[in-house]
Amino acid sequence: MANSPTSRGRFGIHGGQYIPETLMNAVIELEEAYDRYKDDPAFNAELTELFNGYAGRPSLLYFAANMTVDLGGAKVYLKREDLNHTGAHKINNVLGQALLAKRMGKTRLIAETGAGQHGVATATAAALMGMECVVYMGVEDMERQALNVYRMRLLGAEVRGVSAGTGTLKDAVSETFREWTNRIDDTHYCLGSVMGPHPFPTIVRDFQAVISREARAQCLAAEGKLPDAVLACVGGGSNAIGSFYHFIGDEGVRLIGCEAAGRGIDTWETAATMNTGKLGIFHGMKSYFCQDEYGQIAPVYSISAGLDYPGVGPEHAMLHDSGRAEYVPVTDDEAVDAFEYLSRTEGVIPAIESAHAVAHAIKLAPTMRPDQVIIVTLSGRGDKDVAAIARYRGEDLHE
Amino acid sequence: MSSIRQAFAQSPNGKAFIPFVTVGDPTIAVTEQLVKAMAGAGADLIELGVPFSDPTAEGPVIQDANIRALCNHVTTDDVFNMVARLRAGGCTVPMVIMTYANVVFSYGIERFAQREREVGLAGVILPDVPHEEKAEFSEVFAAQGLDVVSLIAPTSYERIRTIAADATGFVYIVSSLGVTGVRSEITSDIPGMVKLIHEANPHIPCAVGFGISTPEQAAHMAVVSDGAIVGSAIVRMIGELGEGCVEPVAAYVRKMAEAVHRV
Repeated sequence: MANSPTSRGRFGIHGGQYIPETLMNAVIELEEAYDRYKDDPAFNAELTELFNGYAGRPSLLYFAANMTVDLGGAKVYLKREDLNHTGAHKINNVLGQALLAKRMGKTRLIAETGAGQHGVATATAAALMGMECVVYMGVEDMERQALNVYRMRLLGAEVRGVSAGTGTLKDAVSETFREWTNRIDDTHYCLGSVMGPHPFPTIVRDFQAVISREARAQCLAAEGKLPDAVLACVGGGSNAIGSFYHFIGDEGVRLIGCEAAGRGIDTWETAATMNTGKLGIFHGMKSYFCQDEYGQIAPVYSISAGLDYPGVGPEHAMLHDSGRAEYVPVTDDEAVDAFEYLSRTEGVIPAIESAHAVAHAIKLAPTMRPDQVIIVTLSGRGDKDVAAIARYRGEDLHE
Repeated sequence: MSSIRQAFAQSPNGKAFIPFVTVGDPTIAVTEQLVKAMAGAGADLIELGVPFSDPTAEGPVIQDANIRALCNHVTTDDVFNMVARLRAGGCTVPMVIMTYANVVFSYGIERFAQREREVGLAGVILPDVPHEEKAEFSEVFAAQGLDVVSLIAPTSYERIRTIAADATGFVYIVSSLGVTGVRSEITSDIPGMVKLIHEANPHIPCAVGFGISTPEQAAHMAVVSDGAIVGSAIVRMIGELGEGCVEPVAAYVRKMAEAVHRV
């Protein structure tokens, strides 16, 4: 079935703007503002100053020597987004959107959050820029990530629990959209991933593309050549698209997205959209979604609250269709093993989300030659996950 | 003339009262009785909600109804089969589906439209399909002689003319910002919106939904437009009364339909 000829923001057959009429002028206004500022020198200078002077960019491309020796194959580099202020890549997008929202005259940011990293980043940007902030979070996730809930409140944000549906990320997204239809004039929806209606997938990708812009130059400086593979975890897909973007034109660079398989892609307890989902329309976009035969969105599962989402961004869906990127499933068990492995081997505790990418690197590196190079994006740090992993291992530890 | 247009044309005064129910809440059998009872009580057109797991345009009342229906494992095919039974039993009231894009898309847009025509449905209202994305659905539905209803919101402004120009069936005017649910006051300039719609599409009926619950509100909407749509107020009664909802809902619909037909 062909998309409507009037549809905007397509990535192949994916993307579009499947949202209530009430929000259409808001997304059109956002697109116009973004088109006005994206190449504006003053806007970009201010954003660069925030990236470098506030968030601590550029982030390191760290050579994981111990891991490389231990795995006995390709050289492994870690793109250290975990070292950013607030501890994850989420701050890149949030600083960009908050700055844009300010330029648009908005005084209030609303956001969804899964693991809490995007919520913390949004609350941080709102505190910095003197904006009001409300974060929607599934009640299940508030339980899993209690420390981040308190962190957001400490930063001056209001956290509203969402008990609808499965009480996880998808329900938080739905509730944030509902709130946006209720209050548009002074409010910007600071969407946290490369998903939702146009122009969000493009805006978020552009702000996250700083990851691959830096990594490409850093790799050329360190190795004198491009990497052979770039790995990143994929939920909605923002750190992955940011990690891939400036390599898409480099045919020789394998792009590998690591999905959360939960208890396995042959079980119902999974969030591996590319491997188990089918084409659908949800949360403003056409893309792949975990769903049943009647289009009911599946209650997905992953140990990682940040990857526990039944869809994937439309640009990833396009890269999957064209074969330019590969999407591999990684189970809870593999991710937890990788979480512990990186902690022991490199002295770096990764976010459980990022540990999915580390897990695939552990499989991939030994199959490659020592003169080959892998970049693994560490999208966030793992402090927030320590208690949950301890419980996963049977320890009676609570925050 | 499409059956939605007939629904307005056949009303005593050209004004339509349009109740909404979520199919399968509390059970398919009760929904079937509700449709017959509401038709008998003067409903001109009935909106049948096909339940969806994540109804992003709905407030808590209709969200809960969707969950109840899905807990009963109600499927799209169950909805079509229920309508087929109603038609076979002589129920002639025009009915239109209200659901979300993915329910139609995953069923197959063409297959969905064909089934609608086969069982005697009038078209579909998709709150997450705006004008820009409409043709993907409306071209397929039009081929079956069915309407994809266009929605206009208080934030539509300069978009109203474009949306209205190719609207078919009726135009659904969203009365207020936010999601579905009962409101004590509706402050949007409905007459102004109707005027712009009719400048672009002179004969298209316009009905107002979101927030309406009293006969006074319904009568007022019938004065300033061509009808009133009521969802949450009815769904709340169904949620509270369960299987005993049929008579009270019919009495409520009678009161509301009379208010609309009296203006």
